[in-house]
Amino acid sequence: MSQPLNSKSMTIGESGLAVFFAAAAFLCLIGAAKAVDVAFGFHAALGAAASLASVFVILNRYFDRPSLLPPQEINGRPNYNMGPIKFATVMSVFWGIAGFTVGLLIASQLAWPALNFDLPWTSFGRLRPLHTSAVIFAFGGNVLIATSFYVVQKTSRVRLAGDLAPWFVVLGYNFFILIAGTGYLLGVTQSKEYAEPEWYADLWLTIVWVTYLLVFLMTLVKRKEPHIFVANWFYLAFIVTIAVLHLGNNPAVPVSVFGSKSYIVWGGVQDAMFQWWYGHNAVGFFLTAGFLAIMYYFIPKRAERPIYSYRLSIIHFWALIFLYIWAGPHHLHYTALPDWAQTLGMTFSIMLWMPSWGGMINGLMTLSGAWDKLRTDPVLRMLVVSVAFYGMSTFEGPMMSIKVVNSLSHYTDWTIGHVHSGALGWVGFVSFGALYCMVPWLWDRKGLYSLKLVNWHFWIATIGIVLYISAMWVSGILQGLMWRAYTSLGFLEYSFIESVEAMHPFYMIRAAGGALFLIGSLIMAYNLWMTVRVGEAEVQSPVALQPAE
Amino acid sequence: MRAILTVQNFTSNFVTTFWTPIFVGIFLAIVAYALWPRNKSAFDEASKIPLREE
Repeated sequence: MSQPLNSKSMTIGESGLAVFFAAAAFLCLIGAAKAVDVAFGFHAALGAAASLASVFVILNRYFDRPSLLPPQEINGRPNYNMGPIKFATVMSVFWGIAGFTVGLLIASQLAWPALNFDLPWTSFGRLRPLHTSAVIFAFGGNVLIATSFYVVQKTSRVRLAGDLAPWFVVLGYNFFILIAGTGYLLGVTQSKEYAEPEWYADLWLTIVWVTYLLVFLMTLVKRKEPHIFVANWFYLAFIVTIAVLHLGNNPAVPVSVFGSKSYIVWGGVQDAMFQWWYGHNAVGFFLTAGFLAIMYYFIPKRAERPIYSYRLSIIHFWALIFLYIWAGPHHLHYTALPDWAQTLGMTFSIMLWMPSWGGMINGLMTLSGAWDKLRTDPVLRMLVVSVAFYGMSTFEGPMMSIKVVNSLSHYTDWTIGHVHSGALGWVGFVSFGALYCMVPWLWDRKGLYSLKLVNWHFWIATIGIVLYISAMWVSGILQGLMWRAYTSLGFLEYSFIESVEAMHPFYMIRAAGGALFLIGSLIMAYNLWMTVRVGEAEVQSPVALQPAE
Repeated sequence: MRAILTVQNFTSNFVTTFWTPIFVGIFLAIVAYALWPRNKSAFDEASKIPLREE
């Protein structure tokens, strides 16, 4: 019997992943059966269920698909792969709202402690990492994965590398979020700030992240555009550095391979140094480099102007890469860390003023000649205000890293205010701007459902941020001054609880600011949902228009 | 006690001693590359990549 032409066969990825997930399901099942603590058993069961579902989906997809994989090009135009991007976009909106809601809850707990409900799962200690991880890694991470996959395809004029791999990245990453988040609620943590997930979640993230790096790199390798656009450099730096930071900060020895508890191999001040090398560069490369990539693509796109200075963007990129990695020790001023290391961290933090402001100027000046668009386009306004917040918080950060300033600001609410001017103003607004641009593009819509609602989102959220950060400035400086106030006899003037009491009004204002920010994001979710549901479809012209010669 | 001088530990000593000037040198080379007048047109072209995609 002769084999029919074009006979369908599984790709290496399909068969390999199916076998991988079958093995994973088996191992997870054993893990669930022999678990020494409830949380590990629960996570192993989740892993087994997700692995089995993956095997089923992979096989089902294989049986349903035509024998040939989707073509790289259709009619000479790249056949972009938008499915995984759509998924990550939806997840980012979902996690954003979840993360902002938990943030509002814990802000309210600080003002009204009864909201802890006297339950372990809803206590501040467990919800706080849930909030930070949900907004940084779940919301921010999904935005970064979605936009990076979009930008790398468009600026390379080529389809995303891999068939199942991009899906593996977006689904695997969100499964990591699920494991991490449910773990916090159940009390599973390795107690390292922004690196709370335990060893098995870390291992899983490593696999997902390496795949992410490979998908991104292989897309660049097969690019049709000879030059690698600057946004892709920032994305690549973000992906590579996060991999290095994750591996450096998380080597741990589990107490039992069937239990969630592990111990970090680093000890004492070395552990602290590793932690803040990781922690600050999570800010530098996750919350800065990654979102700067968004700035360098979405602001020119939305303003329909090229970047103000491409040369400055190259210098901006390399200055950021050379300087950021050394700034971590400013988190450990006046600790057991050697003095020279503290001073080094402070010096590099101050030097960061230059690339930060260089980047900010580059982003803002891209609008030169198009400033009038700020009046009519609230999406562009959101993007531009995010860059202004970037400039403001990266001015404040180096200032706070100066040791004498830090002696007042450290351990106070000033830090929280600083983080949120960056997180809400910069990361939040640039992400919202990118989502507002990308959703109509992804779902082939002419435009957003309502620009008026974007305007409402913009103003409500902006007022929320202003309330938030000004409350924290006042409360932080007040707190710092109360802690260092002495009486004429040399005794501390205030007990600690008196400083806590003094915070109360500011905690209420902060919670109000957070509530406004959350309301803004709900307006966005409605607007995006309506854009997809009832938005006017974009008419695809069959023949691309040729520019006049 | 004197360490034996090998190519490896010479290189390692050199890098650990002089990493600051090495990095500064690399960075200055990048700045020169970015500002080199002959590269200007190529960079101007590159800045238009997002605006001329299909």
